Amino acid sequence: MTMVVNPGKRDRLWRSVVIATPYLWLLLFFLVPFAIVLKISFADPLVAQPPFTAFFDWSADAGKRVLATLDNYRFLLEDKLYLVSYLKSIKIALISTGLCLLLGFPMAYAIALTPYPWRNLLLLLVILPFWTSFLLRVYAWMVMLGKQGLINNLLLSVGVIDEPLQMLYTDGAVYLGIVYTYVPFMILPLYATLEKLDLDLHEAAADLGARPLQVFRDVTLPLAMPGIIAGCLLVFIPALGEYVIPALLGGLDSLMIGRTLYDEFFVNRDWPLASAVAVVLLLILILPIMLFQRLQQEPEA
Amino acid sequence: MRRSSTFLYSLLCFGYAFLYLPILILMIYSFNDSRLATVWGGFSTRWYSALLDNSQILDAALLSLQIAVISATAATVLGTLAALGLNRMGRYRGRTLFTGMIAAPLVMPEVITGLSLLLLFVSLQELIGWPGTRGANTITIAHITFSMAYVAVIVQSRLASMDQSLEEAAMDLGGRPFAVTLDVTLPLIAPAMAAGWLLAFTLSLDDLVIASFTAGAGASTLPMVIFSKVKLGVTPEINALATIIIGIVTVGVLVAGWTMLRQQRQLANQQTRP
Amino acid sequence: MTETSGGNSANAGGACSGSPWKDPSQQPFIELQSLSKRFGQFSAVDDISLKIYRGELFTILGGSGCGKSTLLRMLAGFEKPSAGRILIDGVDITSSPPYERPVNMMFQSYAVFPHMTVEQNIAYGLKKEKLPRDEVARRVEEMLQLVQLPQLAKRKPNQLSGGQSQRVALARALIKRPKVLLLDEPLAALDKKLREQTQFELMNLQDQLGITFVVVTHDQEEAMTLATRIAVMDAGKFVQIGTPSEVYEFPRNRFIADFFGKINVFEATVVASDGQYLTARLDDSDTEIKTRHEQSLAPGSRCSIGVRPEKLLISTEAPAGEAYTVTRGVVEDLAYYGNRSLYRVRSQNGAVIQVSAQNYQRSAELLLEWDDEVFLSWESGCSVVLTE
Repeated sequence: MTMVVNPGKRDRLWRSVVIATPYLWLLLFFLVPFAIVLKISFADPLVAQPPFTAFFDWSADAGKRVLATLDNYRFLLEDKLYLVSYLKSIKIALISTGLCLLLGFPMAYAIALTPYPWRNLLLLLVILPFWTSFLLRVYAWMVMLGKQGLINNLLLSVGVIDEPLQMLYTDGAVYLGIVYTYVPFMILPLYATLEKLDLDLHEAAADLGARPLQVFRDVTLPLAMPGIIAGCLLVFIPALGEYVIPALLGGLDSLMIGRTLYDEFFVNRDWPLASAVAVVLLLILILPIMLFQRLQQEPEA
Repeated sequence: MRRSSTFLYSLLCFGYAFLYLPILILMIYSFNDSRLATVWGGFSTRWYSALLDNSQILDAALLSLQIAVISATAATVLGTLAALGLNRMGRYRGRTLFTGMIAAPLVMPEVITGLSLLLLFVSLQELIGWPGTRGANTITIAHITFSMAYVAVIVQSRLASMDQSLEEAAMDLGGRPFAVTLDVTLPLIAPAMAAGWLLAFTLSLDDLVIASFTAGAGASTLPMVIFSKVKLGVTPEINALATIIIGIVTVGVLVAGWTMLRQQRQLANQQTRP
Repeated sequence: MTETSGGNSANAGGACSGSPWKDPSQQPFIELQSLSKRFGQFSAVDDISLKIYRGELFTILGGSGCGKSTLLRMLAGFEKPSAGRILIDGVDITSSPPYERPVNMMFQSYAVFPHMTVEQNIAYGLKKEKLPRDEVARRVEEMLQLVQLPQLAKRKPNQLSGGQSQRVALARALIKRPKVLLLDEPLAALDKKLREQTQFELMNLQDQLGITFVVVTHDQEEAMTLATRIAVMDAGKFVQIGTPSEVYEFPRNRFIADFFGKINVFEATVVASDGQYLTARLDDSDTEIKTRHEQSLAPGSRCSIGVRPEKLLISTEAPAGEAYTVTRGVVEDLAYYGNRSLYRVRSQNGAVIQVSAQNYQRSAELLLEWDDEVFLSWESGCSVVLTE
């Protein structure tokens, strides 16, 4: 659909402005930074400002000599800390995604089955937390889970336990925090597909002899698949790199890669190593991100 | 059928309780006189007055608001342009990359975005001496970058559902592309732009990780201050702050949602009328 | 307009022989006993009893909201009746779930599973019966042949036309060899040409397979051409049940008369009534009319006499003979259709009467012109007394 048949100079200018302004912005502030991260991940750390060696040595005697090193990546492989962090992040992200699906699917389904004026309200209730501060919502769980937190106090007063349980600063709290903050991201795309689901199809399957669970397996689930995939990616990808939740709710051993990267950068001030951590994280994520993009573009086509 | 819907709705109720109970309890405890988070020491607003005396928090809040307003506005402009560029400008070279750059920030882990932007600023500083000191300026740029993607997605979905024949009609009547955008497209996507602005605004107010990376030593946004306080444990003043913030956001979202719903209804009414 | 010839062929071609509903010794195949469905205060189906016989192509006809869909959904098992029973082949299925009923349905939307191929759609029901693989394959193949779709077996539904989707939906239901096939507005989504073709195909299929069909429709033409019997439904109740020609020629009341084509209504005063014949005087022409009516009405009371446009004769001279009722008028408007002409005649007291006349003679000129004075007449057997 070419809308401009024979554009004049002025019209072409407008077209260039529309395309070029955001394009250049994103090139400069989104794409180029990745190139820089990649570059610095091959540099050596220095106690200096900035704390890394240059990629090109511009000094006169050296000419144009490439000063690249694979030390950072070698270190990532050698030091167990990183491998453990990556694996643990993947494990936590996967399990929380599964939990989000388990909670989000029935919720989305129930919303999609609700008749109209009420449905909008239920949807609003899902979206509302999305607008309120993420940080404060994670913090709310500190109030709930702490040694002197609400849950412990409740259990103590009922007499189920004699001394407070360690709930805060554990992996369990991290799972809880991730499910809590990301479940709306699961519900919304699921709702979008389930809402379009034709109830006639369910009845047709039942009419042809499928029992309720078979109807779910044969009709509902396959037709909801695009929403399930989108929802899972929307939870998995950010959860994998999550920093705030493990930092606030996790224990010292809740080593998620986002937290490791953050600490490497701010505590150890090893920028090249942090960059290498980021590059590997991005490599892990590239497949799910591309899958997500494919999914986003499909409705357009 | 009935049994399964009872099951669904009880899970739905559980889900909402799960989503809302912690916030509610947090809000209730913001009125707790006792410093201990969960020992009820009677009703009090002392943490609210303590909050008002805390200039560090107030300064940070002011800075955050400033950054949020500026970055949301810029992100709305850039995001809208991007949506138009993707949806109304036909084909051109590099469109695929453009699409990718719009969608990627939505799912990019914050630590990566933050780190890469900081490294960009540091490199630019070395290369051309800009941006000088890092602070509100660099945070704003970072926020514009990731929130413009959200604006673009919202506006794009509106554009996609919009009848292109309206713009074609305007052109048929002699409107040049710029005028058509101004006279026809913009008024029609204005609600989406408003929604995009609001989302960009809250995303900016909410961001901790990217701001932490891109802020220099000088600037502390509200989430940064909150984070440094709660990292050490439950803080009653933060409960009060959370109550205020959540209260404002809730009212804001409800008012915005209500207005939009009304506009949609009016629009629907106008369209259904023959 | 309804063509009676179509209705006749449907009756002749139907799998059910004779008129079992007239024979009290016949066992009904489907029996509804005082069936009701209430949604809150609203009665969608209100105390309906009905007997449908084996091999019938029974049509339930009514406007939207009359309760016909609810009735069908109760037969399929998607709605639980508030009261009453449903028996099929002598078995009470009132409380069995849809997946255990010997009943299958063709949905108005067709509800073809979008994620399965044509073949998989058709095989679905048999797979649920856990039939051996080769038997499923054989019967799917057979069914594809029957609905003339073998070349489309591997297609996905989004690559099918409306007519093809309909065949898939039909095949998918028929392959289960149901005792009863329910069809919800089977022709509504098709264009005119396809409708006529599909209509005859449906009738042929039903004839071949001998399955009892229950069709729900809002389209009287569809009902007339398909059905062995029609039940006209309004506000949750049956207004009249009969063969297409019965409901057309002997409508019980004005609602039904209007529902099936056009009818001219003459107001009249009862002169005499003996429970067999009714004599009345037309307001219009001061002529007396004698017509069959098996309900006694008091002399002096008012009644309406209905006459279908094609039953009226139009002529410039008064017809001779005792058998005719005659009234007069002026041609106000006429439309020439080739095979027939439609006249709108203004009667003496100002009412508009429609006449549909076959053009028996070949003539380049119109036999009647605007403003011609004409006589309208009909044989006394052609009129019907309409109650409100």
